[in-house]
Amino acid sequence: MKPLPSDSTIEMKDAIGTVKSTAKSLSGGFAVAEAMRQTNPDVVACYPITPSTLVVEKFSELVANGEVDTEFVAVESEHSALSACLAATAAGVRSQTASSSQGLAYMWEVLYAVSGLRLPVVLHCANRALSAPINIHGDHTDTMGARDSGWIQLYAENPQEAYDNALAAVRIAEHPDVLLPVLGSQDGYTVTHSVERVDVLPDKEVKKFVGQYTPKSALLDIENPVTFGPLVSPKHAFELKLQGIEAMSRAEDVIDSIGEEFAFLTGRPLDSVELYRMEDAELVMVVIGSVAGTARVAIDRLRSDGTKAGLLKIRSYRPFPSTRICEVLGGKKAVAVLDRALSPGAPYSPLYTDICAALYSHGVILPLASFVHGIGGRDTYPKQIIEAFQRIEEKLKVGESMNQTEYLGIT
Amino acid sequence: MLGRQPERARLKLNLREISQEQELLAPGHSLCPGCVESVAVRQILNVAGPNTVVVTATGCLSVSTSPYPMTAWRNPWIHSLFANAGATVSGIEAAYRSLVKKGVMSDTTPTNFIVFAGDGGTYDIGLQSLSGALERGHRFLYVCLNNEAYMNTGIQRSSATLPGTWTTTSPFSETVAGKTQARKDMTAIVADHGIPYAAQASPHLWKDLMRKTKKALESEGPSFLNVLAACPRGWRTEPEIGIRLGKVAVDTCVWPIYEVDDGQWILNSKPREKKPVTEWLELQGRFSHLMRPGREEEVARIQKQIDLLWESLLIRCK
Ligand SMILES: Cc1ncc(C[n+]2csc(CCOP(=O)(O)OP(=O)(O)O)c2C)c(N)n1
Repeated sequence: MKPLPSDSTIEMKDAIGTVKSTAKSLSGGFAVAEAMRQTNPDVVACYPITPSTLVVEKFSELVANGEVDTEFVAVESEHSALSACLAATAAGVRSQTASSSQGLAYMWEVLYAVSGLRLPVVLHCANRALSAPINIHGDHTDTMGARDSGWIQLYAENPQEAYDNALAAVRIAEHPDVLLPVLGSQDGYTVTHSVERVDVLPDKEVKKFVGQYTPKSALLDIENPVTFGPLVSPKHAFELKLQGIEAMSRAEDVIDSIGEEFAFLTGRPLDSVELYRMEDAELVMVVIGSVAGTARVAIDRLRSDGTKAGLLKIRSYRPFPSTRICEVLGGKKAVAVLDRALSPGAPYSPLYTDICAALYSHGVILPLASFVHGIGGRDTYPKQIIEAFQRIEEKLKVGESMNQTEYLGIT
Repeated sequence: MLGRQPERARLKLNLREISQEQELLAPGHSLCPGCVESVAVRQILNVAGPNTVVVTATGCLSVSTSPYPMTAWRNPWIHSLFANAGATVSGIEAAYRSLVKKGVMSDTTPTNFIVFAGDGGTYDIGLQSLSGALERGHRFLYVCLNNEAYMNTGIQRSSATLPGTWTTTSPFSETVAGKTQARKDMTAIVADHGIPYAAQASPHLWKDLMRKTKKALESEGPSFLNVLAACPRGWRTEPEIGIRLGKVAVDTCVWPIYEVDDGQWILNSKPREKKPVTEWLELQGRFSHLMRPGREEEVARIQKQIDLLWESLLIRCK
């Protein structure tokens, strides 16, 4: 097991770690492919795009070597990739795909069809900037744009989390209280192509953990014919869409309980949010994705200089764990939200907007600052985060407004 | 070329026997009176039987047969989007193969996978998805219900629309005589993917269509039927002449009846006497602007395109 930093305030719940894992050196992309190998989905349909291509290539190899018995459908586009997954899952089997950026954008209308039909498809996404300008590097504009498509969205900080999320995603999606597709996301290159230690569960434990997919109704249950995807009039459509909202809200508990089950096996908590040095923190930064590691380093340095900084990392972006976030942020002096996506014309970027709405609706009113970093794959350094904290501290002192978004690392 | 699936049960080509079978497309759907799409679907499903998963692309058929919470489909049926029928059937067939591999399903009486899509869903927006599925070689029958325009959205031109046709996006004026572009030869495009079986058919030749369905379903790989389906709304015709229109389309060589079986092109029905295209045009309101004096040149242009296609078909069918 990875030792936890002694000063960490990560809540461990029942994180016992009852199963012995094997430490491997894996990139985020290969970690997902490893999780896919162990899950052995019935159908995988994929189309290559940097930086998620390595998932597709690695998985093709696994198929060719007979290490999985998946039907691999090498489709001619991402629209078809997700359509084939939609159909395979409606047919009654477990299906997965992987994509990035333009690929995810190309899937757009299918994303809504999958969630609207309540099909628990799993999509492994490597975050990448959307064209134009064409750019293969990471930011969150692709997945943030899909945030209203009815998919659960989990973000990984590192290859280990990418692996963990890829396994948990299957269980969350297929949970009878949920039945929603899950997108597990990791930062392009920063995570997908960084090799780190990944503790991999034994195959048989994963097999037990993911279990069998047992759909309530399936196209291939020929004796019990069902109609998928009928025409729905305004008389029924609203309620049907609200069922998706309810499922999403039930998913909050499901994510936590599957996270606990997972933690029991691995010793690694899989909470919807992760906290770092939060207990006595006065200034908090809310982040999503791989920048969390950089932020931890920054926070440690700030702490050694006497600034009580803390970190809240969002793992589950949809459903957005509003209540939990408000519990944690309530009473803090100020909160900085670090987005990695742009939302032109909107008051703020998506994560800030969500945090702001969550806090306001829960009556938690505190100074809130918006920062955007890493657009188009720009690296973010601890120094920039430290300075962001310092500027907030300064503004608090002089009572200056924080309502302007600041962009980190621009020249 | 790929082999053949085991022969299915004898084809019933006896109307009395056929009429005793349960209709898999239940009555009560809301397709227009005189729409030939449902006629084609019923003939095809009669051959395919209940052990068939049906996929439809968005279009008249899907929206008219599935008014939630009701459905006209006694088969397992799925519709999701307009452009993805080929990929959808690929996913289902892949799921089937995975279940056969795991011993969950048996392939001794293979399940059929049939797509019904309009010409828009086939010739235009769904072409890529179809082409991919054909190239990958999934086992399915793709049926294009060809009413020569986007009818569900109110009669817009497609690449299956004949030149000279009035539609709402190819209107006629003093200077323009309806659609100015030629028609895409989709059946040839599909056949040229090198799939085991592709054919053109028309429900007025019901024995031919049903025989072709059987042959298609016995293919060990993709098969394709392009079926002409008269649309009274869009063609501006009386509802009762849909079947007759099929015959006129064949007699004028507007809609040749042929099949491409393992690469061999076969003409199934050669009109005894090739009728002029005017016999096809004059029956339908969508061509009425061509029947006015001064439009002879346009008509001659249409005739020429039809002749060219017919002659090239005759060469391929030699
Ligand atoms: C991506 C997308 N674009 C456009 C539409 C609107 N649309 C629905 S059905 C249809 C036309 C269908 O025409 P066709 O495939 O020829 O079938 P028909 O209705 O004539 O049987 C169109 C344009 C859609 N549903 N999805």
